Amino acid sequence: MRRMRGVALTAIALTGALSLVGCAKDTGGGKSPSGGTAAGQGCKLSPKPDVPATAATSSTTPEKVDGSALKVGLAFDIGGRGDASFNDAAVSGLDRARAEFGIKPENVKEVTASPNEDEAAKQTRLRQLAQDGFNPVIGVGFAYAEALKAVAPQFPNTRFAIVDATVEGAPNVTPLVFAEEQASFLVGVAAAYKSKTCRVGFVGGVETPLIQKFEAGFVQGAKAAAPDIKIEKKYLTRAGDFTGFQDPEKGNQAARGQIDAGADVLYHAAGASGKGVFSAAKSGNALAIGVDSDQAKQPNLADVKDVIITSMLKRVDVAVFDLVRAVARNEVATLPKTFDLKVDAVGYSTTGGKVDDIKDVLDAYKAQIVTEKIKVSDKPGK
Amino acid sequence: MGTLRGRLLPPVLAIAFSALLCTVTLMVSGANPASGIAAMVTQVGEGSVAVDIVNSAAVYYLAALAVAIGFQMNLFNIGVEGQFRVAAVTAAIVGAAIDLPAGLHAVVVILTAAVTGALYAAIPALLKITRNVHEVISSIMLNAIAAGVIALLIREDMFGELRGSNIGTHTIPESGWVGGIGFGDRGTLFGLVFLVLVIGVGYWVMMNRTRFGFELRASGESPTAAAAGGVNARRMILVAMLMSGAVAGLVAMPELLGRDHTYLITSPAGYGFTGIAIALLGRNHPGGIALGALLWAFLDKSSLALDNVGVPKEIVTIMQGSIVLSVVIAYEVVRRVELRAERRRVGRQLGANGGGTGNGGATPAAATAGGAS
Repeated sequence: MRRMRGVALTAIALTGALSLVGCAKDTGGGKSPSGGTAAGQGCKLSPKPDVPATAATSSTTPEKVDGSALKVGLAFDIGGRGDASFNDAAVSGLDRARAEFGIKPENVKEVTASPNEDEAAKQTRLRQLAQDGFNPVIGVGFAYAEALKAVAPQFPNTRFAIVDATVEGAPNVTPLVFAEEQASFLVGVAAAYKSKTCRVGFVGGVETPLIQKFEAGFVQGAKAAAPDIKIEKKYLTRAGDFTGFQDPEKGNQAARGQIDAGADVLYHAAGASGKGVFSAAKSGNALAIGVDSDQAKQPNLADVKDVIITSMLKRVDVAVFDLVRAVARNEVATLPKTFDLKVDAVGYSTTGGKVDDIKDVLDAYKAQIVTEKIKVSDKPGK
Repeated sequence: MGTLRGRLLPPVLAIAFSALLCTVTLMVSGANPASGIAAMVTQVGEGSVAVDIVNSAAVYYLAALAVAIGFQMNLFNIGVEGQFRVAAVTAAIVGAAIDLPAGLHAVVVILTAAVTGALYAAIPALLKITRNVHEVISSIMLNAIAAGVIALLIREDMFGELRGSNIGTHTIPESGWVGGIGFGDRGTLFGLVFLVLVIGVGYWVMMNRTRFGFELRASGESPTAAAAGGVNARRMILVAMLMSGAVAGLVAMPELLGRDHTYLITSPAGYGFTGIAIALLGRNHPGGIALGALLWAFLDKSSLALDNVGVPKEIVTIMQGSIVLSVVIAYEVVRRVELRAERRRVGRQLGANGGGTGNGGATPAAATAGGAS
């Protein structure tokens, strides 16, 4: 029954899309997809930045790493393995490390948080991993920061790591933080280039400092490429209410509002709510930009993948893999302080080939950021 | 329901039933129930888990007591959740802003929390007595508003500060902390656990030994009879909601003053709803709620061990849900069985007193009707 309805809906959507395409042909094109104000020319774009001398790529020696003695513990925030996002990225990094370094399956443990649990539960989870001899122990998500502050000093010989946070005063906690604003800058440039109405949108899941980094980078990137561009911004929920990451309907509403206001390229940093942003973009004839992983490749987004022009990549897998390798080789100090564009731990995806025509522009901006000719702020301007 | 059997049998039946249900669920999903249960029980002896259970139970106890005070008066204060969170963030802000000698500082923070909780509960109470708005509707909406209020208060440009990728209130200075009883590696028992005990005893005394408690229960059981007896129903609603809100306001205090010292946007939510479940489980009785809270905390904390033996720990959520559901059913079943037994006893006595066979014939029919309704 459900499938039948899905088929019917798809059929209707397809017919709609086809007839719209037909209309566009009839009027000879040039009409903005959302019926917005500006002509179809898009923004007046800034000149493409110069490409500086090629940045030196860090040479990674393919030295054999033996991880057979390694025991790796992964403590997830809510969601865990199978969330098709953040946690799964960590999993794939660990899986790669397991395959390449020969870590024994019984020496890997993944544990997951429950919704609304207190600090004691997080501490117990980390403490048990450390007690059972897991080393490194990786907390996936900034929610583990306070718990690590308490637990890490009790196990000075265990290497802890935390994704998306730094823990001060605990030298055995390695921060795995990303320059989300840098990659968001690049997709902001892409949005400015792809917008026909010179108006783009940002949909954030929850208004937290972390998600504000995405907003900050996106806005700077779009403005760098097109100083006149208008940017719609919307957060689905306020800080403290984390439903904004899990509510596709809210994402859909917000995206539809932005499309109605004339935006035709939407960037979301809203976790599972992003699905709603994509479907709104599809039905509103707009384009969308994914987040964290290459969303055009995700099986559960196959029906909207044609509106996803690119995705901002946050390679949690790279960070986890690098950390495990560094622990195995006993060289944690060499890990980058921030996983940024320079080490290709953040970036943008090209699946679908929809940004291939502006790839040289994006790479030029990337080179500017890597050589620090452009500095991207991680806080949104007032 | 006065008999001991009538009080104890339903929860025991409910726990047994939900354990059975979980065993079946685990077996169907291919996991080993025995190893899961064994892991949960041995977990209690591990590290700080035993102390964590008591700490958690104290928090749940306050939440359930707040709900129970409303239940006694037939008020469903579903807004405990919002009341406790608004109170927690307000108390955290006040605690960080003031500078008082040790001891007094904590007392002021605790009073702030109680007053804030009571004030937030006063909104649905006033709406009910003046505009006859049902407290379930108004208080559940105030829960959503509470989330917005907290987000506003905790902003960096209001009273919050950035902590890495997190936002929280400023740290309460040490003079405002409430020390606990340390057990070394076994964890630290919150000092406020003892305040919780005092509140529990106070609740029992108030309900059973004071005129006010009697009036409260009377208004709950029969508003018309209470009104006829000279009880001011509106005043009772207001007072009951204020007390419920004040206790709700204290819910986060053990964790705030005993461990966290700051309110973060990731601080736990949901205690208000846990409180509803535990109040149902404990039948609003201070002792019953204590056992319910301990059981709940045990399930929550020892479930961490299930990951270790490859049993999905979500099974505990199923167990908690089925306990609440089956305890409600079990109370009803036991009530009817007892009612039937009582009727039979009365019928027998009437029969023995020469009431004739007609009565004896009527009793089973009445019992059947009672059982079917």
